[in-house]
Amino acid sequence: MSTLRETTVRQSDNGKKTAAMVQGSLLTVLTYLVLFLFLFPLIWMIAAGFKTEAQAFASPPIFFFTPTLENFSRALETYGPFLKNSILIVGGSTLLAFILGVPAGFAMALYPGARTKSTLLWMLSTKMMPPVGVIVPLFLIFRDAKLLDTHFGLILMFTTINLPLVVWMVHSYISEIPFGIFEAAKVDGASMFQEFFQVAMPLALPGIASTALLCVIFAWNEVFFALNLTSSDASPLSVYISSFKTSEGLFWAQMSAAATLTIAPVMIFGWFAQKQLIRGLTFGAVK
Amino acid sequence: MLSKSVSTTQETKKKPINIAATLLVLPALVYLIVSTQAPFLMTVYYSFFKWNLTIPDDRPFIGLSNYLSLFTDTQNLHVMLNTLVLMLSVVVLTILIGGGVALLLNRPFLGRPVVRTLFISSFLVMPVVTAVVWKNMLMNPVFGFFAWVSQQLGLPAVDYLSQYPMASIVAMVTWEWTPFAALILLTGLQSMPEEQLEAARLDGCTPLQEFWYMLLPHLSKSLEVVVLLETIFLMQVYGEIYTATSGGPGISTTTIPYFIYQKAFAEYNIGLASAAGVLAVLFTNLVSSVILRMIGRNIQGVKA
Repeated sequence: MSTLRETTVRQSDNGKKTAAMVQGSLLTVLTYLVLFLFLFPLIWMIAAGFKTEAQAFASPPIFFFTPTLENFSRALETYGPFLKNSILIVGGSTLLAFILGVPAGFAMALYPGARTKSTLLWMLSTKMMPPVGVIVPLFLIFRDAKLLDTHFGLILMFTTINLPLVVWMVHSYISEIPFGIFEAAKVDGASMFQEFFQVAMPLALPGIASTALLCVIFAWNEVFFALNLTSSDASPLSVYISSFKTSEGLFWAQMSAAATLTIAPVMIFGWFAQKQLIRGLTFGAVK
Repeated sequence: MLSKSVSTTQETKKKPINIAATLLVLPALVYLIVSTQAPFLMTVYYSFFKWNLTIPDDRPFIGLSNYLSLFTDTQNLHVMLNTLVLMLSVVVLTILIGGGVALLLNRPFLGRPVVRTLFISSFLVMPVVTAVVWKNMLMNPVFGFFAWVSQQLGLPAVDYLSQYPMASIVAMVTWEWTPFAALILLTGLQSMPEEQLEAARLDGCTPLQEFWYMLLPHLSKSLEVVVLLETIFLMQVYGEIYTATSGGPGISTTTIPYFIYQKAFAEYNIGLASAAGVLAVLFTNLVSSVILRMIGRNIQGVKA
């Protein structure tokens, strides 16, 4: 690399440019190659969803085939109830986390008190707590309260997972709004209620919307509580997909179709919310 | 704009406690205390008892015996070692691969935004999906894609999950977490001032020197964040192990979360499972206190 550099320095401007361009295009090709290798497991899975079972299981693998939608329609039959559970639980917990978290984030951003910062950090610390530290008593409490295998039970748990994130993100979005805007509103006689609904909400809406996407992504993909606190009636998609863990070839195409349907919404949400994804995951430790 | 908001919030800080604002914070605070702190205290309490759910009435207090067994029973020690091996190897691999990807993405080229977006895909895949796809369709010794690749290269097919179980899990988890490392390191790279690099190049700095003496020190904070956060998140890896290996063969891929699941939900050994849970929380707290201090400094920068 260094010799390449030394020789290019001695060359004319034109030569330098060509060498840099060649080097640049090689790196670009390399980037695309790495991307392809990285996405390959996903590409392979999605492709298998469009094959027949025999094609999906074939060895040597089949790369060219006539796609069929049969697996998707067959997967939809068994997938339906789990999808309904996932939507109910994820939607319910996101809603509950917002009802509890948005006012808290708003109040801490606009009316910080002496203990606000430590409260905020403490809330964040609960997000870092491993679920295994609480699962045993929660299981026993759920068992006694008849919450095992219920939508409501999982909604309560997923709210715990996402609530610190909601408080934290809403706090940081509202803190970014110039304080003068709120002061002007106050001078005009706005109540706290009006400050919230008429000033903070509209300005922080894009951020708050992507916070909702993050909640959906994390709750949708969660598996520890889902596996240990549900058995059949309230099981979300993560439990359904894990039931394919011992599938010996027979159901590869159907499994792939179901898996594709399961990850598609989250994938699309994640692409849209990628900046907030990092912000949410690092809690703003990286700017 | 920023400095103004700093000074005004400082003024508000001196005001007496705002009751309405406190009332808005309280529900979230109480919810989190009830759903995290209370059960954790119960876990601590259970960890001092010999308690099996199959014999619910016999619950003798045994003090620290559960903890003692975690640290003396070789099987249990092996589980803790597994957890560390998984954590350390994934952290190292994601930083190496993710760092390489970040360097590749840190230059303008055709389609960069799309490539960058697509790169995070594996991070968004549900862990259970990763596990079933890797286990069945890629790593299957007869029909899997990797077996076919081995054959093309004239190598014997490998039964990855039974011959190299931990390495297989490490591969899956690394695949999932590389985008995380890559994106954070990319953010770090992009905050590197271009003029400094230009100046170094004019002074005859080689790319290697540039990397070692300029980029790496500049990236130290991002690297720190990746290491700390991944440690916290990887401590919790469960879905991949549950689905791909069920902790086996033997206990070769049993990590602390899977161990706790087995003890509590298969053997009903509440006491031992609780003690392991307490250890997991203590360890995570150790790491997260460092990261929280970093975040706390960042809040300081904007507010208070």
